[in-house]
Amino acid sequence: MDTLASLADGFAIALTWQNILLALLGCFLGTIMGALPGLGPSNGVAILIPLAFTLGLGATPSLILLTSVYYGAMYGGRISSILLNIPGDEPAMMTCLDGHPMARKGMAGQALSLSGIASFVGAFFATWGLIFLAPQLVKIALLFGPAEYFALFALAFMTLGGVSSTNQAKSAFAAALGLGLAMVGVDTQTGVPRFTFGEVHLYDGLDFLVAIVGLFALSEVFIFLEKRHGEADASAPVKIGRLTPPMKMLKDTAPTMARSTVLGFLAGVLPGAGASLGSFISYSLEKRLVDKDGKTFGKGDPRGVAAPEAGNNAAAGGALVPMLALGVPGSGTTAVLLAVLLALNITPGPLLFTQNPDVVWGLIAALFIANFMLLAMNIPMVGLFTRVLMVPPRILMPVVAMVSFVGIYGISGSSFDLVVMIGFGVMGWVLRKLDVPLVPIILGTLLGNSMENNLRRAITIDNGDWWTLIDSPLSIGLWLFATIGFILPLIVGRKVKSKMHERRDEEGSISD
Amino acid sequence: MSDRIFGVVGLLLAIGFALAAFAIEESFLSDAVGPKAFPLIIATVLGLSSIVIALKPDPEPEWPALPRLAEVLAAVVVMILYAELLPEIGFVIATAFAATYLTWRLGSGLIASVVTGIGTSLGIYVIFHMVLGLSLARGPLGF
Repeated sequence: MDTLASLADGFAIALTWQNILLALLGCFLGTIMGALPGLGPSNGVAILIPLAFTLGLGATPSLILLTSVYYGAMYGGRISSILLNIPGDEPAMMTCLDGHPMARKGMAGQALSLSGIASFVGAFFATWGLIFLAPQLVKIALLFGPAEYFALFALAFMTLGGVSSTNQAKSAFAAALGLGLAMVGVDTQTGVPRFTFGEVHLYDGLDFLVAIVGLFALSEVFIFLEKRHGEADASAPVKIGRLTPPMKMLKDTAPTMARSTVLGFLAGVLPGAGASLGSFISYSLEKRLVDKDGKTFGKGDPRGVAAPEAGNNAAAGGALVPMLALGVPGSGTTAVLLAVLLALNITPGPLLFTQNPDVVWGLIAALFIANFMLLAMNIPMVGLFTRVLMVPPRILMPVVAMVSFVGIYGISGSSFDLVVMIGFGVMGWVLRKLDVPLVPIILGTLLGNSMENNLRRAITIDNGDWWTLIDSPLSIGLWLFATIGFILPLIVGRKVKSKMHERRDEEGSISD
Repeated sequence: MSDRIFGVVGLLLAIGFALAAFAIEESFLSDAVGPKAFPLIIATVLGLSSIVIALKPDPEPEWPALPRLAEVLAAVVVMILYAELLPEIGFVIATAFAATYLTWRLGSGLIASVVTGIGTSLGIYVIFHMVLGLSLARGPLGF
């Protein structure tokens, strides 16, 4: 009952005019960003962080805005999957398989509304899952000492490549690069400058927001410039048709939605999975379960639309569990959301629930509100969003670039930071060409300092004995899990990835 | 081949990082671990992963042809100029130029690009400065 009382408090915080408006704005922007190919949840949120920050929004309102964008993007991705057969973002990849065939049969409207409902079901129950699971995880996390935290961070990095990773060396490289970047600046414990090479601007360290916006948003602009997507303008969407799914279709897909929600949520909670894997697992299991001979799936089966959408939205909710309870995100977009918290001087983790309950519960209440808004927005207003899809990238991408510059300049007002951001943009572009994942880099720059602090604290407490790192059963367990998570993709990674990426959007799109 | 070069560059980076870590001046007041140890661990991971990348390269990525590469480089130069000139000539003018350039290079016609560029710049100015009250770079003309 405690939980429900806290939730009621959360609603009291979230239900102010300002917060409702922010949630509405976030849902709207998020859906657009999700729908537009090339902009996904992680770069959408990345562009908006500096803005939320410079507008002087408080912690709860900024979080409400940005998580609404996050949920909205998860909803929006399906629109272009269904209408154009181009996934709007990675998690919506699997929705193409049955969504587009449905649209070609003249059932685009039904596919859109069904997937909207499936998204709602997935996100709604995943938010309940978050409410009940996160406090349990907090109880475990309160037993953690510095050594366990160090192991937990290592676990996050070692599993972040994900089960679908084919090249663990590149994931490890990315993580080390991010951690290395975090080391730049004055050492917090002894006060000596490190890796600054005498440049005064670097004494404070690199601002991780600059790194995030450069890596995620600007690199996208470079990819577009290189490919010159302007030549391939968005094609005319197919006819939408009737916008409500028949009752029978809803009844038929209800068990599918239920199964996919559970699976997606679990995939979201586990480290190294995230929404793309959530939708992939849901779709493949559903296919195996209800369509044994492969007769209907892939040819416009409504269950093939409901499964991945429920799965990816549930995973989006699930991914918030480790981020809020442990301070260790399990996916790309939650890593970006972690940056929001850190920029607002809030340390996520077990203490968040006791020290800033207003932030946590206000956020959770906002998730519910955003969810209902998105359902309302995504069914009757879907026509509006399909029109947004007609905006060609040659107009959109410069806007993205300019808004990124505005946000970063707003924070620091220095040209130096803008140049650093461009540098990160170029680096992001090269690394994406080389198939090096960007998320571990971001996570490294975010967590580097606290990872080091935990290491040093643990060893200092034990008078310089490094064995203290594997002293307790908890930390041994974490290391074991981390090792398995790192080695497993070496064995199964190639298989999973080739299946998942049969229909991949563009090379080097940012995974989530 | 790309991955082999990448691995070698990564290895050099790791060595450089390690050397820079050894050069950190330790303060007389230090904890048991000191400011060097963690960077050295990172350098090790960086170096080892680079070696693996160089020894077991992935299939070659599709690099853009020279003109496309020049396109990206030109955009980088424009963006750096934009960053440096922003405080000098003000937000609206600088942004209009940069947005025009990018729109043009992404395939719009010249006149359409100028219109889009000016529109983007004024649009951002109105929304972010006038409505939301964000402080943007002020040029000699006051905007």
